[in-house]
Amino acid sequence: MASARKHSSASAVEAHHGHGEHHDLESMRVMGFWLFLITDCIMFGSLFATYAVLSGSFAGGPTAAELFEMPGVIAETFILLTSSFTSGLAVLSMHRGNVKGLIGWLAVTVLLGASFITLEITEFVHLVHEGASISTSAHWSAFFTLVGAHGLHVTIGLVWMIAIMLQLRKHGINSVTRRKVTITSLYWHFLDVVWIFVFTIVYLLEVM
Amino acid sequence: MWDNIKEFASEFFVTGDPLIYGADVAIGLSIVAIVFVMTYFKKWTWLWREWLTTVDHKRIGIMYVIASLLMLFRGGVDALLMRTQLAMPELEFLSPEHYNGIFTTHGVIMILFMAMPLMFGLFNLVVPLQIGARDVAFPFLNSLSFWLFFWGAMLFNVSFVIGGSPDTGWLAYPPLSGIQFSPGVGQDFYIWGIQISGIGSLMTGINFIVTILKMRAPGMKLMKMPMFSWSVLSSSLTIILAFPILTITLALLFIDRYLGAHFFTLDGGGNPMMYINLIWMWGHPEVYIVILPAFGIFSEIVATFSKKRLFGYKSMVFALMAISVTSFFTWAHHFFTMGSGANVNVFFAISTMIIAIPTGVKVFNWLFTMFRGKITIKTPMLWTIGFIPCFVVGGMTGVMLSVAPADFQFHNSYFLIAHFHQVLIGGVAFGYFAALSYWWPKVFGFKLNERLGKWAFWMWGIGFYVCFMPQYVLGLMGMTRRVNTYSWDSGWWELNLVSTIGGFLMGIGFLFQVWQILHSIKHMERDTTGDPWDGRTLEWTIPSPAPAYNFAVIPHVNERDSFWEEKQRRERGLVPDPQPELEPIHMPKNSGIPFIKSFCWFVVGFGFVFDWLWMSIPGVIGIIACMLAHSFNYKTDYYIPVEEIKRTEAAARGSI
Ligand code: HEM
Ligand SMILES: [Cu+2]
Repeated sequence: MASARKHSSASAVEAHHGHGEHHDLESMRVMGFWLFLITDCIMFGSLFATYAVLSGSFAGGPTAAELFEMPGVIAETFILLTSSFTSGLAVLSMHRGNVKGLIGWLAVTVLLGASFITLEITEFVHLVHEGASISTSAHWSAFFTLVGAHGLHVTIGLVWMIAIMLQLRKHGINSVTRRKVTITSLYWHFLDVVWIFVFTIVYLLEVM
Repeated sequence: MWDNIKEFASEFFVTGDPLIYGADVAIGLSIVAIVFVMTYFKKWTWLWREWLTTVDHKRIGIMYVIASLLMLFRGGVDALLMRTQLAMPELEFLSPEHYNGIFTTHGVIMILFMAMPLMFGLFNLVVPLQIGARDVAFPFLNSLSFWLFFWGAMLFNVSFVIGGSPDTGWLAYPPLSGIQFSPGVGQDFYIWGIQISGIGSLMTGINFIVTILKMRAPGMKLMKMPMFSWSVLSSSLTIILAFPILTITLALLFIDRYLGAHFFTLDGGGNPMMYINLIWMWGHPEVYIVILPAFGIFSEIVATFSKKRLFGYKSMVFALMAISVTSFFTWAHHFFTMGSGANVNVFFAISTMIIAIPTGVKVFNWLFTMFRGKITIKTPMLWTIGFIPCFVVGGMTGVMLSVAPADFQFHNSYFLIAHFHQVLIGGVAFGYFAALSYWWPKVFGFKLNERLGKWAFWMWGIGFYVCFMPQYVLGLMGMTRRVNTYSWDSGWWELNLVSTIGGFLMGIGFLFQVWQILHSIKHMERDTTGDPWDGRTLEWTIPSPAPAYNFAVIPHVNERDSFWEEKQRRERGLVPDPQPELEPIHMPKNSGIPFIKSFCWFVVGFGFVFDWLWMSIPGVIGIIACMLAHSFNYKTDYYIPVEEIKRTEAAARGSI
């Protein structure tokens, strides 16, 4: 069997071979990420289901309609939608090979995400101040957990984007950084979609 | 000051029970012994370099197997302690509290820390070899999954001597598991131990789906893929759909306990039934997650040892997929008696019975495969044949349980205990034991001793029936599960005594397995062929044990059972195509990050169990640091040069 094999120049093969394999690897990573998003969808699905079951359980405490202040929430929504758009612009810059534009748009996205989080924290503080904390009633437990889980995701996304900006400065655009940018932007859009559900189910339906 | 320390120690360390002191001493001595041996033989760097940081799927598989066998021992000791307590009426061997702790840890350990890791071990040992791949899709993630499982299991296990075991049953129903009725730390150990290892399981699911979908050898269409890999695919799909629900359920329970939330409490508008629905939406698919790979294993073994193609390949694939989907629509059969109403019960009763159809299809396929085959009975085949009647009986009692009105009689009785042990031991455990003896030579390069293996099989097999058949009867006589004692006039004692004897026979079976492994290591029966069973699939084409890169040249596949067909062609005198040239092989580098990061998770969990934020916060920082360190590392791979491959291959084929 072994006799059929011939010796070959390692470096030539490596150059050719290595490229093909890397390409594959990057596409597998993207697929793995999609699967991760499915699992995350199911997690949010479970949280939404819990919220749906418990949303009427105020146990005599303050109700959502009393406490929600919609202007802040609507501002949050616009900020997050805009940040999804800017992360899209970042990807466009990347496709044009423009590192500066890419980093710049990512920075804008991070800033918008951070303002979103700031507003959300302000809202939480306000609610607690008004007497609705996680231990007030089943409704508020479900509310803080669901909205908080989304906020935590956004925070993780922020740290991640900052890390990628640093890597882009060092390595520029290559197959690895390209995949990382693609994945974060997928993640960011996903969080946007989840937020639209939060906005509709948790806030709009409650105050209408 | 001194008083404070004393008070702290009396809460921190579990005291007051001779069994626990015994365990303390045993744990202490083994730690000292391990540290001594490792230091004396200067093995620490070897351990770190070759094992703790490895990303090789075969080594990770071996570590899974070792860890799960240790857990089988722990869970088995728990089982025998329970059976000893129940051997005679009115025994006072275990206190009721201790009994509660033991049935909880037994159930959790057997399913989550024995069956799951043994299954993942097999995934790792077999799948890449069987589909002609050099590795799994994400080797780094694979190592992380293993260490998360490991440190999660450790966290769960220390509860026994530190702080106290959980004692609310393996699914921890609230309000019993809420802070009001379980104020101790046991329940928090449960939550964090399972949560940490569960995240590992989720990632393994993702990893193997991508591996199977993207890394099959060229030419291996899905419908040409070996049956075990199919079963891994269906099990992994079920994992990624079911485990997120578990993650959320445990998180909610923790938030209830830690932050005083009201998801499942009786006051504040909470709803304990929510928990029961959520946990079974994971829990029912979970039992299919562990049984599906066993189906794949039996399919491989039946075909190999009957020297025939698997009968009904397509229907087998269909049955696997049908089961993974249907398993998501049956969860409520676990609480027919809890007032869901007749229509809901009917829906879940019917959906449960439907699962019997694909399962029946599989049993017939195995039987038809054996029919007119040239059957050889080696240990793997023996486990397979032992499994079939077990599974048929277990399946039938399962259908009995799925009849909602009848369940009002069977519910929470020993009938149920007998049923699920029949499927879990007779199906899952026997299946994985079969797999271990079947693939052992491929992994370690030597065969397991046949004679001791047969002894182990017969001890387990006979012990099983002696232990669990009486329990069906006991259940019908009204004995309920989770009772720690009963009275003389109940009339249950003879059957219980028989059952206990059966339990110990299985214990002896386990000892035979340990003996078998030790004996086989000592008197190695080397497998020099790489194909000890005259196998049919790709893993048997490479030397045993498989080299680090698995395949020197990635094979091309044209049909199902490709290796078998090739051997047939060779016998007919057809010369195989010449092998293409060797090329340098691209491999991932080892990494210490998975181990360190998982250890940080352990620290976080331990901190939360004892409400020590000073411990959890650095743990969280450690986790984030590990993630960033990994993200910033671009040098994660290397190439094995052709010369080295040639040397390795020549040595493995014994032609040096
Ligand atoms: C060596 C053989 C085994 C024996 C003798 C044994 C015995 C027992 C006993 C006596 C109980 C407690 C019943 C009660 O009082 O409620 C029990 C419960 C249980 N066993 Fe086993 N067992 C064995 C193996 C296994 C295996 C292999 C699995 C899973 C793969 C398993 C899973 C469970 C579960 C989930 C429970 C329920 C625990 C609970 O009530 O919360 N057992 N077993
Ligand atoms: Cu079930």
